Amino acid sequence: MPKIVTDVGCPYCGASCDDLEILVSDDGKKILEVYNACAIGNEVFHHASSPDRLKRPRLRQPDGTYQEISYDEAVDYTAKVLLKAKKPLIYGFGSTNCEAMSAVGRVAEKSGAVLDNCASICHGPSFLAIFDNGYPSCTLGEVKNRADVVVFWGCNPMHAHPRHTSRYSIFPRGFFTEKGQRQRKMISIDPRETETAKLADIHLMVQQGHDYELFDAFRTVLRGHDIPDEVAGIRKEAILEAAGIMKNARFGMIFFGMGCTHTDGRNHNVDIAISLTRDLNTVAKYSIMAMRGHYNIAGPGQVWSWQFGFPYCIDLTKGTHAHMNPGETSSIDLAMRDEVDAFINIGTDAGAHFPIDAVKHLRKHPFITIDPNICMASEISDLHIPVAVVGVEEAGVVYRMDNVPIQFKKVVDPPEGVISDEQLFDRVYLRICELTETEPTWIPAKGHAKAPVTAGQ
Amino acid sequence: MTEKIVLNMITQRSIEEGVAMEKGKTTPEYFEACSVVEMNPEDMKALGIWRNTNVRVTSEVGSVIVKAIEPTQYCPPGLAHIRQGVWANQVVPPRTQSTGVPQYSGFPVTIEPVPSEKRKGALELVQGAVGLWRGGK
Ligand code: SF4
Repeated sequence: MPKIVTDVGCPYCGASCDDLEILVSDDGKKILEVYNACAIGNEVFHHASSPDRLKRPRLRQPDGTYQEISYDEAVDYTAKVLLKAKKPLIYGFGSTNCEAMSAVGRVAEKSGAVLDNCASICHGPSFLAIFDNGYPSCTLGEVKNRADVVVFWGCNPMHAHPRHTSRYSIFPRGFFTEKGQRQRKMISIDPRETETAKLADIHLMVQQGHDYELFDAFRTVLRGHDIPDEVAGIRKEAILEAAGIMKNARFGMIFFGMGCTHTDGRNHNVDIAISLTRDLNTVAKYSIMAMRGHYNIAGPGQVWSWQFGFPYCIDLTKGTHAHMNPGETSSIDLAMRDEVDAFINIGTDAGAHFPIDAVKHLRKHPFITIDPNICMASEISDLHIPVAVVGVEEAGVVYRMDNVPIQFKKVVDPPEGVISDEQLFDRVYLRICELTETEPTWIPAKGHAKAPVTAGQ
Repeated sequence: MTEKIVLNMITQRSIEEGVAMEKGKTTPEYFEACSVVEMNPEDMKALGIWRNTNVRVTSEVGSVIVKAIEPTQYCPPGLAHIRQGVWANQVVPPRTQSTGVPQYSGFPVTIEPVPSEKRKGALELVQGAVGLWRGGK
């Protein structure tokens, strides 16, 4: 009899839904049905079950083709590349668990690498603004139970986080929001009329790249001053109307996304969004949240801040201390200045998501991809190491976009012999220790299984 | 046709891209989802093209051939959108304003019709850029 696994987490977007139900075949090997997920989540689980999954690492040969090698050989190759390079860059981590993020910390520190995650090209500017201006945020549970005014600024959850509105922000009935959508006012601020904008009560079609001015106009009218007849392509009356709704909230929520961080202004757009939230708190109760893209892209910010004191762009090459300075130690800038001499792509696809010039620079040096699937990065790598799919074949802790940790489950076994990201990084770490004739240091959390089992191996 | 038009380009997520990406970046679904530029019908008219015509999009860093389609989500005149992914990143400027984040949205592009030219596949573009493309499948 096929069995249903309940409370399964979805390893795709930052909504990190943990209410999926998966029908698994008799032998526990195949995923038959996926319930509760959106179209993307559904595809993630079905794709994991596909028969063309890779089972062994592949090393590029002099003639340009790939040849299968063993995991031991792949571990050895990776350790040597990291040791040989002066400034290797280990980048990605949008799609893996916190256990792997913690394990890579040892590898990066030992080999003197730069450690960076996808926030570097997404919500990195939000971090900068948060460092400067604070982060009056809350959990998605509070949004569901309290929010009666919800602003989506430069984000399109209907496409990027398909269940966000139904699970947390617009449709659900909560403790103080028992009428669900009918009780909520929704405002969308976006240069396009996105699906999210269509769903909203008010859509302000801001002139692309002029978000800062519009934020500023809101702050100005909330403080009782006059504004010009049109700001950032929006008529004064429309701004006044939206400001009136925002002011009258019992609990207001501002969600912001790539529309703010990917364009002119970047961290300044987020900075003023936070200031607007602060202003709104003088007349109502308000909170703000970054729409983090991937199911555990909040994870490295948590894990590495705890390990190194910084959430991203962490330069460990100095050997004495961690150094973070986006613009200098950020992946794209490092690549464009040709400062890195080895690249490891893990849990993301830099081949598809970096500007192509950055990819070209990185490819001049050893290039390794760690990913369950074939992707653009894997197809231009020197070495591709397939791993288990986190959330499907490997359990682990993930941080949802509101920084709430969730334990994701394992639903089926990985293809035979395929190891996890965490196991891979532990093996690379041990190999680096062997090669450098040093003792591995495990600093495990209290009672953690890792220390006694593997120390001194 | 020699007309050109300058538009403001943004590259962002879409659900079509999300689903196709999980199927695999070498699939026809990913190709169809991401090798398109959405632009307002008025701008197509100004350019003298019908929808579903191939165009060359050129930015300060490079160019790419994509198919011009009517927006699935309304785009005002003057604004164009290529869904995030391989084709978009052929033209995204890597300048970061010292924040680490490239200029994924809000950069000028020139668009010109190239009805007789073909769009390249994802692998051809990325492997081609780094000298690994061997042609064929
Ligand atoms: S909304 Fe996001 S986390 Fe939820 S099922 Fe869809 S892709 Fe998965």
